[in-house]
Amino acid sequence: MSNILHTVNKSPFLNQTLKHCLGRIQSGDSVLLLEDGVYAALSSQPWAMLMNPSHQYYAIKADVEARGLGEDKLLSHITLIDYEQFVELSTEHSTVQSWY
Amino acid sequence: MSNLLNFQQNIPPYKAGTKSMSLTIDGKIIATDKEGYIKSLEEWSEKVAEMIAIEEKIKLTSSHWEVVLLLRQFYQEFELSPTMRSLVKYIANNLGKDKGNSIYLLKLFPPNPAKIASKIAGLPRPKNCL
Amino acid sequence: MNKPKTKKLLFLFRHAPYGSALAKEGIDAVLAASAYDQDLSVLFMDDGVFQLLKHQKPDDIEEKNIINILSAFTLYDIQSLFVCQESLAERGLRNTDIAIGINIVAHNTVSQLLSQQDHILSF
Repeated sequence: MSNILHTVNKSPFLNQTLKHCLGRIQSGDSVLLLEDGVYAALSSQPWAMLMNPSHQYYAIKADVEARGLGEDKLLSHITLIDYEQFVELSTEHSTVQSWY
Repeated sequence: MSNLLNFQQNIPPYKAGTKSMSLTIDGKIIATDKEGYIKSLEEWSEKVAEMIAIEEKIKLTSSHWEVVLLLRQFYQEFELSPTMRSLVKYIANNLGKDKGNSIYLLKLFPPNPAKIASKIAGLPRPKNCL
Repeated sequence: MNKPKTKKLLFLFRHAPYGSALAKEGIDAVLAASAYDQDLSVLFMDDGVFQLLKHQKPDDIEEKNIINILSAFTLYDIQSLFVCQESLAERGLRNTDIAIGINIVAHNTVSQLLSQQDHILSF
C-alpha cells in the first residue's frame, strides 16, 4: 500500500487547496501544513471538522511561531515539526503530493 | 605590448561614486554600499560611527550621540530606518520638542538628518526617503 | 487660493503576512505615501487580519516582524486604521488577539469606507 504525504502551503481562507487535499486523502496518508498553510491548524477555522483525527497532521513549527499562532489556538491533533523531521516524513511516505 | 600593459595598470580600479566601498578600522575591513552605509548592523561600533562621521564632515558631540543611539533604538523597535518625519516625532517623544524638530536635527546632521544620522548609526539606507 | 486637493487613499490589506511579500510591500507603500500629506486610511480584511496578531515571532523564517513595523505607523501620522469585524470572527479571532490600536468595524462601515475613497491600493 502506498501512503502519501500531502503538503498544503496556502491559507484555507483565500484558497481551496486545503479542501481539495482533504477531499482526496486515504487512510495511511498524512498532511503537512507549511507557510500560510499553517492557518489551517487553527481550531477556529471553518474546515477544522474536515480534518479527521484518524490521519496524521503536522505543521512546521517556525511557520506557526512566525504567525503568532499559540498552541492554545491550534487543533490538538496537530504535531509541530522542524524541517529535518519534514525530510524524515518524506522518506517514510511513498510519495509527496504538494497542493498549491 | 608592455607599454599597453603599464597603461592599463595605471587606471585606478573602478569605484561607483567617489567614496570607498569599505571602511578599515583597527585593521578590520567593514563593507559598505556605494553610499557608505555599512552592510551589516552587527559590525557597527562607536569607532565605526566616528569614521563615518568624519567622511560626512561631522564632529560627533554628546548631542549627536544621543540622536544616534535613539536611531539604533528606533531600528530595534520598528525594524525600519526612519524618514525625516518619523525621526522628528520619535526624537520629540524621547527627548522633547526642543530636540525633536527638523531645524535642530538639520544643524546636527546636515544636509539630510534622516539619511546622515542613519548612516552614522549603522542602519540600512532609509527606503522611504523621498 | 487653489490649494491642491488632498486625496483620500485607502490601503487595503487582504493577505496574511510572510507567505508572500504583499504585506511588507503594502506597508512600505503606506510609509512612502505618508510623506505626501494625503488623507490615508488602512483597512485589514480577509486574511489581512492575520497581520495584526500578537506573539508573531518570525526569527526562524528570517523575516522582519510585521507588528514591529505596524507599530511605527503613529510616528508617520497614520492614525486611521481599521479592521473588518467579520473577517476576525470568521477566523475565530478576538479583539484581545490584536497587537496594535485599531478601529474594529462592521461590514457596513467597511463598505462605506471603500466607497469614500479617491483611490484604493490593494495588497
